[in-house]
Amino acid sequence: MPNTWNDAVAQNIVDQYIGLEGPMLPVLHAIQAEFGYISDDAMRLVARRLNVTRAEVYGVVSFYHDFRREPAGRHQLKICRAEACQAMGGEAHAAALLERLGLDWGGTTPDGRLTVEPIYCLGLCACAPSAMLDGAPHARLDAQALENLAMAAA
Amino acid sequence: MRIFVPQDAAALALGADALAHAVTKEAGRRGVDITLVRNGSRGMFWLEPLIEIETETGRIGFGPCTLADIPALFDAATHPKALGLVDEIPFLARQQRLTFVRCGVIDPLDLNAYIKHGGYAGLERAKTLGPAGICAEVKASGLRGRGGAGFPTGIKFETVRTAQADQKYIVCNADEGDSGTFADRLIMEADPFCLIEGMTIAGLAVGATRGYIYARSEYPHAIVKLNAAIGLAKAAGLLDGFALEVRVGAGAYVCGEETALLDSLEGKRGQVRAKPPIPAIVGLFGKPTIVNNTISLATIPYILSHGAQAYADYGMGRSRGTMPVQLAGNVKHGGLFETAFGITLGELVNEVGGGTATGRPVRAVQAGGPLGAYFPPSLFDTPYDYEAFAARDGLIGHGGLVVFDDTVDMARMARFAMEFCAHESCGKCTPCRIGSTRGTEVLDRIIAGEDVAKNLGLVTDLCETMKFGSLCALGGFTPYPVMSAIKHYPEDFQNPLPLAAE
Repeated sequence: MPNTWNDAVAQNIVDQYIGLEGPMLPVLHAIQAEFGYISDDAMRLVARRLNVTRAEVYGVVSFYHDFRREPAGRHQLKICRAEACQAMGGEAHAAALLERLGLDWGGTTPDGRLTVEPIYCLGLCACAPSAMLDGAPHARLDAQALENLAMAAA
Repeated sequence: MRIFVPQDAAALALGADALAHAVTKEAGRRGVDITLVRNGSRGMFWLEPLIEIETETGRIGFGPCTLADIPALFDAATHPKALGLVDEIPFLARQQRLTFVRCGVIDPLDLNAYIKHGGYAGLERAKTLGPAGICAEVKASGLRGRGGAGFPTGIKFETVRTAQADQKYIVCNADEGDSGTFADRLIMEADPFCLIEGMTIAGLAVGATRGYIYARSEYPHAIVKLNAAIGLAKAAGLLDGFALEVRVGAGAYVCGEETALLDSLEGKRGQVRAKPPIPAIVGLFGKPTIVNNTISLATIPYILSHGAQAYADYGMGRSRGTMPVQLAGNVKHGGLFETAFGITLGELVNEVGGGTATGRPVRAVQAGGPLGAYFPPSLFDTPYDYEAFAARDGLIGHGGLVVFDDTVDMARMARFAMEFCAHESCGKCTPCRIGSTRGTEVLDRIIAGEDVAKNLGLVTDLCETMKFGSLCALGGFTPYPVMSAIKHYPEDFQNPLPLAAE
């Protein structure tokens, strides 16, 4: 589980990466790994420490699909929607799962258990369809296997 | 007894960790002394998880394995999943593996195995040649950028070498976002030292002391392997003072475009830069920079160790050497097939790939990722070659081939291409930013059967604007899948569908 916002911890994260050339993305990745998302507090801190405007940090955070400005569910399921997975029927499996969960893409179950997001290619295109649950890859998924994956994450 | 259980992301996605555990447990139960090697994948993904056992005659394979197949592995002889000698499996035997020669053969983090299998011979020779000599060698090999643009790598090297600056950079573009491609992932996970050696040689060639590998966040296993391998190479003194670091992208497809990648590395939004100036002159932090695809850089060690001519002897026309073709999607034998240029598209899809996984007829093959054209079987005589694909309004891109059977709806695929472009557009130029959204809407109207002829004319005109008016390949090449679908599958764009002649 991600930790709640802590200014001292966040300062330490920035300290760790600020010496890099172009530290912005490494800092944001590390902050998101620690706190689960990039809050307004985080953006304010990063702007101050990297000596850029808050608008600039906001611009970066909002540009990249990976960065969240809201907390996600306890588990994150990323389902590939790219062509190779489509060729093996992935879209229908995903649609069935979303309907079962009553979610749209990007949605989180009301109990905060699971967030389902699209991803465009996991490089598992020769064993499609594929998905990633909390960073672990899964391939050759049929509708049942995808549903089992989504339901098993407690 | 050495037993190999792969650890690449595809094998893991199919349960390889549980199999490795079961192998160790079964060996313990039987009191058999084994050495378990976690190799990379051979790239024959339909056989994954592919377990190999070393014998006196060579490594024999078993796959695709499930937990139930493990106990019988120790009884040898007649196993239901036995494949015989792995090197003799036709899919592998038919390849010309130059860049991927060690993939799946060795433990990716075993530096001694890397060296034993020819690693670091390229760097050794590079040191004797010196910067100008290395650049001449790369130029003579005929190597062209494997990311898709096909620009001669040696000329890029030479440009950066002769540029004057206090700092130069080597940037590896490992932002492999094209659907249907996994060659970069495989090199990074199965033979990371090969990429590291290639970048070290590149640094030597142009006088760059710093390098970055920009890897996509969708490849967490590759990132772990690379970081571990860099640590090992550094500890062994093999980086020669070259500072190499992995940077992780953040889910933006457009960062595979070299200038967007550079902006992203600098910590900005990944927006495309107008060219000129080219990155070889004004690149990362304004310094002369080599930006090359993972496969281009991972091919440098072979060229240096075997000589430019050995590499140039493969291929056809202006496409020299080999290409790791990636067979994906609805294909029976999906995987990585490294071959000299010149093989036809039909041979790749039907003979090597074995047709579709579903057993239905092949209807379309998208070559070169989401920005590549759809090829119908009537064009399967096209030789795999940069110019031959361009002559048929397509591209080979990064080498991906996504196969579709006859259930595919090509109007929906055309719409997806526009939608994907809208989703991933960096927003800097108007044809891409606005054109992709308008294109999606027009294709929606065509699919709904509204003024089909008029709207097809509109989408054709829009594609012309995007093709010639966009800053980079995202907006510029999205017309390839759209227009090829319209051209080769016009029946899919007619709603209501013509009545079947039954």
